Amino acid sequence: MSRVLVGVKRVIDYAVKIRVKPDKTGVVTDGVKHSMNPFDEIAIEEAVRMKEKKLAEEVIAVSCGPPQAQEVLRTALAMGADRAIHVEVSGPEYDTLQPFHVSKILAKLAQDEKADLVILGKQAIDDDCNQTAQMTAGVLDWPCGTFCSKVESSSGELTITREVDGGLETLKIKTPAVLSADLRLNEPRYATLPNIMKAKKKPIKKTTPKDLGIETAPRVEIKSVDEPPVRQGGSILPDADALVAKLKEKGFA
Amino acid sequence: MFSSNARNLIRSSLINRCKSTLVVAEHNNEALNPITLNTISAAKKIGGEVTVLVAGTKCGPASEALAKVEGVAKVLVAENAAFKGFTPESITPLVLAAQSQFKFTHILAGATAFGKNVLPRVASKLDVSPISEIIDIKSEDTFVRTIYAGNAILTLRSTDPVKVITVRGTNFAPAAATGGSGAVEQAPTGDYASQLSEFVSQELTKSDRPELTGAKVIVSGGRGLKSGDNFKLLYDLADKFGAAVGASRAAVDAGYVPNDLQIGQTGKIVAPELYIAVGISGAIQHLAGMKDSKTIVAINKDPEAPIFQVADIGLVADLFKAVPELTGKL
Repeated sequence: MSRVLVGVKRVIDYAVKIRVKPDKTGVVTDGVKHSMNPFDEIAIEEAVRMKEKKLAEEVIAVSCGPPQAQEVLRTALAMGADRAIHVEVSGPEYDTLQPFHVSKILAKLAQDEKADLVILGKQAIDDDCNQTAQMTAGVLDWPCGTFCSKVESSSGELTITREVDGGLETLKIKTPAVLSADLRLNEPRYATLPNIMKAKKKPIKKTTPKDLGIETAPRVEIKSVDEPPVRQGGSILPDADALVAKLKEKGFA
Repeated sequence: MFSSNARNLIRSSLINRCKSTLVVAEHNNEALNPITLNTISAAKKIGGEVTVLVAGTKCGPASEALAKVEGVAKVLVAENAAFKGFTPESITPLVLAAQSQFKFTHILAGATAFGKNVLPRVASKLDVSPISEIIDIKSEDTFVRTIYAGNAILTLRSTDPVKVITVRGTNFAPAAATGGSGAVEQAPTGDYASQLSEFVSQELTKSDRPELTGAKVIVSGGRGLKSGDNFKLLYDLADKFGAAVGASRAAVDAGYVPNDLQIGQTGKIVAPELYIAVGISGAIQHLAGMKDSKTIVAINKDPEAPIFQVADIGLVADLFKAVPELTGKL
């Protein structure tokens, strides 16, 4: 195996309590802390570990999004990616950009860069789609190992352990392949200051979907984004006896 | 004879112009996964004829059960060694073959590890943008789903010719398992064996408890349990209710319980009648998986824990004292 392509997405930081815009067109993103999608950190970490084990020669980080997407690419470079590609998409075009479009962009880049493996996070914590890896594999006609918690590599083949509803399952898939990282695949490293400095010198190539020949016409129309129904906090009870009484009253005990 | 044929012809051409939905059934070669019944309800809400596809190495039990489900017009059966492990590389070409024969307007599956794995691949092959984990259907092209860990509700209209959708089971009541009389037919045949991937083995968590996503009562533990051994306290409490046991990500990461018990944004989404959160602070990501529960009870020693903002009933107490006491008194 020689080259690994990793997709990284800039999303609102996982710890931020999001706010829906009053006009119901989306959520407030201006002035809100963003960072790399947590699953993508795991994807980058796995690729860098493969390089450290000499299973990969080069790690390329890719992000589709507005100019600020370069911040997450710098983070990926500081974690150990060799170079990066920024596919610039912004404004209304970015608002309706779906895994549908991103998967075509990633598939084209995987071919152009002669990647043997594409590693993505299992889902982005903003749109919660959980589609891009599966669709990228579909476009490329490569096998897909989703929700990976363990990846072992041997010549031309990967043995992966997947997190499924009832437990775990093991598959063998042929490379080239697409993988999606689940939470328990690894513990991503922190970028150290010297590595952050070094990352500033690593190249980020800029391109656009148009340059790649990918259409970004919207496939969905956003009708509205609303606040979820608010739950009212209830009563605090003094002791277990009161709780038992309350459960009985509600017919649970 | 002629007249009945003509009538069938008229009937089928009428149906062809209407909506028709394919539900990709989930089963384990022995039994149907109940989420398929919730998915059939979603299909019925779209309107039009509902066809269910059963693929596997042994399809008898699931297809027999599905033929009796109310509202199922047809069950397509594809029994083949190629579907061992239900890999998306083998199931996708089968769904595409069914699609090219019957021209469905909607293709649905439950939003489980299986549905999430297979349907986006199908969508990419049909060149359409799939729609994940819908919670409601406004019309044949307008759907509702949650984004940002359930903190915003997105209503979207799909402009694609075929809608490929996964369905959040807890938001649709299961279709009645009896009263139907669907026709069982052979699915389009083909060479579905994929050289790309091969199922090796699985290691499933064995439990006598009800399945988490369908349980009426769930007792769930977090970091506050401090060890895997202490989960015994929760199993004892769960026994009083015949409940399932779940966990927060912290409890799974710490190795107290296996990952398939995780409830939350990236684990399972549950909506039981009663959810008892023990030693769980209530992070955004955990709330995403349980805040549609009918009644939420929180037991936590930290009165400031965010879980109390969503709990109907709260008990500020040390769980190591309160849980055994509660178990004893129930």
